[in-house]
Amino acid sequence: MIDDTPALPPELLLRVERLTMRFGGLTAVNDVSFDVRRGEITALIGPNGAGKTTVFNCITGFYKPTVGRLTLASKEGPLLLERLRDHQISRKANVARTFQNIRLFGGMTALENLLVAQHAPLMKASGLTVLGVLGIGGFNKAERAAIEKAKVWLERIGLIDRADDPAADLPYGDQRRLEIARAMCTEPVLLCLDEPAAGLNPRESLELNALLRSIRDQDDTAVLLIEHDMSVVMEISDHVVVLDYGKKISDGAPLHVRNDPKVIAAYLGVEDEEVEKVESEIAVEATS
Amino acid sequence: MEYFLQQLINGVTLGSIYGLIAIGYTMVYGIIGMINFAHGDVFMVGSFMALIVFLALLALGVTFMPLALLIVLILAMALTSLYGWTVERIAYRPLRGSFRLAPLISAIGMSIFLQNMVQVAQGARVKPLPPVITGGYQFGAADGFVVNVSNVQVIIVVTTIALMVAFSLIVSKTPLGRAQRACEQDRKMAALLGVDVDRTISLTFVMGAALASVAGLMYLLYYGVIDFYIGFVAGVKAFTAAVLGGIGSLPGAMLGGLLIGLIETFWSAYFTVEYKDVAAFSILAIVLIFLPSGLLGRPEVEKV
Amino acid sequence: MADPHAGAGAPSVFAVAFKDAAFAALVALGLAAPMLGLVTVQTQSGIELEQHWGKVAIAVAIVFAGRLLLNLTLWRPGRKKSLGYVPPKVEARLARFAKYLAPLAILGAVVMPMLPFTERYAIDLGILVLTYVMLGWGLNIVVGLAGLLDLGYVAFYAVGAYSYALLAQYFGLSFWVCLPLAGILAAFWGVILGFPVLRLRGDYLAIVTLAFGEIIRIVLLNWYWFTGGPNGISGIPRPSFFGLDFDRGDDGFAATFGLTYSPLHRIVFLYYLILALALLTNVVTIRLRRLPIGRAWEALREDEIACRSLGINTVNTKLTAFALGAMFAGFAGSFFATRQGFISPESFVFMESALILAIVVLGGMGSQFGVAVAAVVMIGGFELFREFSDYRMITFGLVMVLIMIWRPRGLVSTRSPSVFLKEKKAISGSLVQEGHG
Repeated sequence: MIDDTPALPPELLLRVERLTMRFGGLTAVNDVSFDVRRGEITALIGPNGAGKTTVFNCITGFYKPTVGRLTLASKEGPLLLERLRDHQISRKANVARTFQNIRLFGGMTALENLLVAQHAPLMKASGLTVLGVLGIGGFNKAERAAIEKAKVWLERIGLIDRADDPAADLPYGDQRRLEIARAMCTEPVLLCLDEPAAGLNPRESLELNALLRSIRDQDDTAVLLIEHDMSVVMEISDHVVVLDYGKKISDGAPLHVRNDPKVIAAYLGVEDEEVEKVESEIAVEATS
Repeated sequence: MEYFLQQLINGVTLGSIYGLIAIGYTMVYGIIGMINFAHGDVFMVGSFMALIVFLALLALGVTFMPLALLIVLILAMALTSLYGWTVERIAYRPLRGSFRLAPLISAIGMSIFLQNMVQVAQGARVKPLPPVITGGYQFGAADGFVVNVSNVQVIIVVTTIALMVAFSLIVSKTPLGRAQRACEQDRKMAALLGVDVDRTISLTFVMGAALASVAGLMYLLYYGVIDFYIGFVAGVKAFTAAVLGGIGSLPGAMLGGLLIGLIETFWSAYFTVEYKDVAAFSILAIVLIFLPSGLLGRPEVEKV
Repeated sequence: MADPHAGAGAPSVFAVAFKDAAFAALVALGLAAPMLGLVTVQTQSGIELEQHWGKVAIAVAIVFAGRLLLNLTLWRPGRKKSLGYVPPKVEARLARFAKYLAPLAILGAVVMPMLPFTERYAIDLGILVLTYVMLGWGLNIVVGLAGLLDLGYVAFYAVGAYSYALLAQYFGLSFWVCLPLAGILAAFWGVILGFPVLRLRGDYLAIVTLAFGEIIRIVLLNWYWFTGGPNGISGIPRPSFFGLDFDRGDDGFAATFGLTYSPLHRIVFLYYLILALALLTNVVTIRLRRLPIGRAWEALREDEIACRSLGINTVNTKLTAFALGAMFAGFAGSFFATRQGFISPESFVFMESALILAIVVLGGMGSQFGVAVAAVVMIGGFELFREFSDYRMITFGLVMVLIMIWRPRGLVSTRSPSVFLKEKKAISGSLVQEGHG
C-alpha cells in the first residue's frame, strides 16, 4: 500500500499518517496524523504518558512503528522514515534530535561533542580513516572547517568560553543548549527536541526561546518539540498538536488549541483549581 | 537407545554440578551486576575443603559413610562460605559503586590468588580419592546394552534438586530473599527502606559459595580427582551456563547448567571429546545472538 | 565487622582496633586452618593429611598484626581521605608531567641496548615488556577507547602467531611478508567474530569473547595435522635484517657490515623491531583519536544512543575498533612467533587475555602512557621476582586486587581531550564513562 512515495505539498516538511505504536498489549500511540510545515515551530503537547516521546522515537528511528507512514520531504525527494535505521535518519533524512534526559558525551569537551556531530562529513574527508592516518588528503582543512562551525554554535549558545570543559561539568541549562547545538551541527532540516525547557530557570527559558526562534528563522530548520511548559509552547510555537492517551485530540494554531474545550478538559484534567491556574498562566503569557 | 539414555543420565549429572556453580554466578550478577570471576576458584576451594574434611574424618575414625558425608557436606559448606564472604569483603566491597571494570579486574586478581594459594599450600599434583560411594542400578540388559545409574549420580541429582528447591524457597519466601530482590531492583532505594545492603550482598556471596562447595564435593565424588586448576574450566562453563539460561534467573542457571552438561556429554559421546567445549561455547554464542538475554532472562528494554 | 569510623564516646581507638583485628584473625584462622594446616599428600597407602599448624599460626599472626597496624594508622577513625585520593590539581600536574616523561621514556627505550652495562637478560626482559606494551596499546583501542569489554584478546595474538608460523612452514614466506598478512588475518577474524557479537551488550560481549578465545585455543590444540596440536610448531624462521640473516655465514648480517659475529645482534634487532612495532601502535592510536573514527569510539563509550541519533553507524564503528585492536595483536603475535621460534597453544591461554586486560585497566583506560607504565610495572616486576616462583603468582594476584582498591580508575585516570580551542584541560576520570558494550 505504501510502496509509492507521493511527494508532499511544498510547504510541508514532514507528514505523519496514521501512526500507531503498540508495545505488547499496550497501544502507546493510536492512529495519529499531523503535519510539520517548513519554517515553523511545531509543538507536541499532552499529559504524561500521552505518547509524545513514542512519536518522537518513531520519527527519529529508535522505534519501528507498528502501523503508519512518516514521509519527510528531503532534498533528494520524499523519504519514508519508518524504513530507515536509526543512524540513517540523521544521515539521509537530516532529522536530528535531543533527549528528555540529556545525552551528551559527558567525558568529552563541549567542542568534542560538536565535532562528533559532524562525524559523517569528517569521515569522508579523512578518506574513511585510511588517508587520515597517513596524513594525506584534505582532512586538516575539513577539521578546521568543522571547528569553525562548532565555534559558531558555541558562540550562539554562549558557551565559547567553556569549549574546552567536559560537557558533564556544565550547568544543566548549558547542557540543554549544548545538546541542541550538537544536534544542529548535523545540519538537520528537522530538529526534534524532547522537553528542551525541562528544568530551566526563567532566564534560561527565555534564552532557549530566542535560540529556537533563531534556528527557525536563520537556519532553515523546522522545529518539532515536546513540551510541558505551557508558557514556552504558547510563546514560541506556530502550530500545536495535542495528544492524550495516544490519540490526537487537537491540532492547530496555539490560540485555537488553547481555547479547545477538549484540550482543556483532557489536558488540564478535571480539577477546577488547576484549570484556573493554568488558564491564568496561559492568559498572562498571551497578553505579555 | 540405551546408549542415549546412558549419556542422558551422565549429562544430567554433569549438568547438576554446573548448575550449582552457575547459581553462584547468577545470584551475584543479579544483585551487584558483576561477573564474580573468582567463583570458579571458590568452587575449587570447596572441593579441596571437602577432601580435607573427609580425610580428617577418616583420620579421626569416622567411617560410617552417610554420617561422614553429611559432616563433610556441612563443614565444607561452612568453610567455603567463609572464603566466599572473605573474597567479597576484601576484593569487592571496597569497590562497590565504583567503575564497572574495577571489580572485574579485582576478581581476576582474586582468582589468580586463590588458585596459586591452593597450589602452594596443597601442592600442584592431582589429588585422587578412591571411590567412596560404590554400587548403583542397572537397567535393560536385553540387547547387550546396559544403562548404569551409579549411586553417586543419584546422590548428585537428588541433592541438587533438594538444594534448588531450598534456595528457591529462600529467595521467594524469606526476608533475606526479599531483601535480595529489593537490592537487585534498586540498591539505593532498598537501603533507604532499611535493607542492610552490605549484609544482603555478603549473604548472597555466602550462599553462592555454599552451593559451589556442594558442587565441589560432588565433583570430588563423581570424578575422584581434583587439582588446583579445576576451578577455571568449571567456572567458565558454569558462567556460560548462567548466561545461557539468562543471567540473574535462578531457574535459568539450573536450566543452563543442565543444557551445557547435556551438550558436552552428547557431543563427547557422538562426535569428538576434544571439541566438546567448542560445542558448548558455540551454542552459547548462537543462543545469545538470537536471544540476547538468554533463555529465561528478562529482555532488556532499551530506554531512549 | 566493627566499624572503623566509630565516633566520639565510643570505646577507645585501640580497643576498637584490637577487637577488629581479633575478629580478622579469627576469620583467618577459619580460612587457614584447613587449607594451610592440613595438607593432602599422596603416600604409598593412599592419600593422607599432613599437619602444618605452624603455618596457620604464622598466617593468623600476620593478619592480626597487619589489621591492627592498619586500624591504628591508615584506617584510624577520623582519617577521611582514602589511600588512593590524589587531589585533581596534583593529578593534572602529573598528567602534564607525563607529557615530558613519555618522550624521555621512549628515548630511554631506544638507547637502552646500547648502554655498556646492559646485559642480554635486560634486553630479553625489554622485549617481553615491549610485547605487552604493544598488546596493551592494541587492547586499549577496544576497551579503553571504544568501551568494548574483550576477554578473548589473546585469540587474535594466537591468530597472528599461527598465521606467520603456518605461512612460513607451508609456503616458506618470510617474516616481512607475513607480518602484514598476520595483522590482516587477525583483523579479518576480528570482523568475523565481531559482526555477530557486537550487538551484544556489556557482560554478554565479555563472555562471548572469552568463549571465542577458548574456541580458538581448543581448535589449535586439536587440529593435529595442521597446527601440530599440543606439540605446537617449531623451527619457525627467525627474522632477517631485510634479507640478511643473523648467522655466521659470509652473507650474514655481521659479515656484511664487517662486524664480528655475535648472537646478541639478533636479540638487539628483535628488541628494536618490537620497539618499532609498539611505537607504530602508539602513533596510529594517537592519530586515530584525533580522527572522526577515534572520536566516534569515545562517543560510543560515552553514550551509544546519542551516537545513533547523530548518524553514527555504531555497528561499523565497533567493528573498526575490534578489527584494529585485533590487527595489532596479530602483528605482536607474528613477532612472538619469530622471536620464540616455537609456538604452542599453551602460550595463548585465558590468563594472557586477563593479564593484558589488567594492564589496560590498571594503567588507566584510554591512557597510552598509563598502559605503558602498567605493562612495565606488571611484567617487569613479575620477572624480577623470578626466584620466588612459588609466591610470585600469589603476590601478583593480590597486587592486582590492591591496585584496583587503591585506584579503581587505574594509574592515569584523567582523559586528555582530542582537540581544544584555547587550553587543553585534563578531564577527571569520574566524568568519563566506561561503555556498556
